[in-house]
Amino acid sequence: MIRIALLVAVKDLRIEARSRVLLWQVVPFGVMALLLCGLALGPTQVGHSSAAPGLFYLVVVLVALLMINRSHALETSPGTRASVATLGLDPAGVFLGKALALCVELWLSALVLLAGCVVVLHTDLHGTLVATPSILVTLAAIAAAGTLYGALTSGGNAAATLLPVLSLPAFAPLLIAGERSFNSALHGGALLEWWVISVVALAVYLGMGILLYGVLEES
Amino acid sequence: MTLEGPVVSLRGAVSMANGFPLLSGVDLELAPSSLTVLVGANGAGKTSLLQLMAGLIGLTSGEGNVLGFDLARDERRLLRRHVGWLGHEGSFYDDLTVSENLTFAAKALDRPLDDLSNVLARVELDGRRDTIAKALSAGQRRRLGLAWLLLRRPQLWLLDEPYASLDDQGRTFFDALLGEVIERGATVVVSAHDPLRSAHLAPVTVTMAGGQVVTA
Repeated sequence: MIRIALLVAVKDLRIEARSRVLLWQVVPFGVMALLLCGLALGPTQVGHSSAAPGLFYLVVVLVALLMINRSHALETSPGTRASVATLGLDPAGVFLGKALALCVELWLSALVLLAGCVVVLHTDLHGTLVATPSILVTLAAIAAAGTLYGALTSGGNAAATLLPVLSLPAFAPLLIAGERSFNSALHGGALLEWWVISVVALAVYLGMGILLYGVLEES
Repeated sequence: MTLEGPVVSLRGAVSMANGFPLLSGVDLELAPSSLTVLVGANGAGKTSLLQLMAGLIGLTSGEGNVLGFDLARDERRLLRRHVGWLGHEGSFYDDLTVSENLTFAAKALDRPLDDLSNVLARVELDGRRDTIAKALSAGQRRRLGLAWLLLRRPQLWLLDEPYASLDDQGRTFFDALLGEVIERGATVVVSAHDPLRSAHLAPVTVTMAGGQVVTA
């Protein structure tokens, strides 16, 4: 399972590095969305508002949805799908590999977006650094959940629009926990409790993915 | 795995997708080390029959046995590892190079990477090792698909319209390679719009229409 997971993750990351969709399309989209959030807040609110963590996670979700769709689109061209299916890859390994690749992509995007938060929304640098570990765990959970929901919707006629509808309720507790822990890191408060929610969610989604990914692939 | 009986045995095989019959009662038996050509108009069910034999779609009713795997007992996932599929759309990741695509397949199947050079030389793609798949011509893409199969060495080769967009030289190359793999014991099923031109391969021609085998 781990061997297949690493094989799939390396393959997905290599494709992403070569196509540069993440670098030239997804990340710039995220930065522009963050900039628009800053403009929407207005110059008097930026730096004083507690909305920055929420806005960061809002942008992260938009970016994640694009990446999830892209991650599954790699596998869904008819010829590729059939040929790869005949390789008989362990579905749990495929799930872990795709989730790992998506997680790495989300982490890289988040680093740029966090820098954007500091520059555009004027969040406190020290608080942002304190929040970073909890953000990484939350993003890993989003990657695991997103990979699962991406498999659920991929191949359908309206995968791109169905994915947000189905996955946002699953992301909601993660976003709340992530936003609260980021806020706590910036303005003080209970950081660990919210972080635990993200860790538990990560474990639950990884478990569900390992168990169910094969069924979703077949359906 | 050595089979004594037919490689493929289908009786009244029906396959449905979203309430629509893809195959509506196919009876077919294929002998080991044979070449079968499925011919028929668009929508006749050629690709669906190949997909059923590959374990890519399920058997809704009837009986089906491919390489000893019972399709009615839904042993499709197990079957897939023993068949090779080459679709007319391509069989690989467009943003990976020729070499990366083959390495992925070899590692997925735990095959030695030493075979890579031989396979690439056999399909005359050794000079294109570092070319990204989407930059290959149609003929070269087909050769990459063949390389993927040669590396896998499946017992049953299922080729969906492999001759589409191939020139005469490509067809000759393809036929020669199919002759080799059949000689080595593999069974090959090809879908095509027209009967195969290369008589020396002595193919069995199966005509399909309306999701059924009309003549075999």
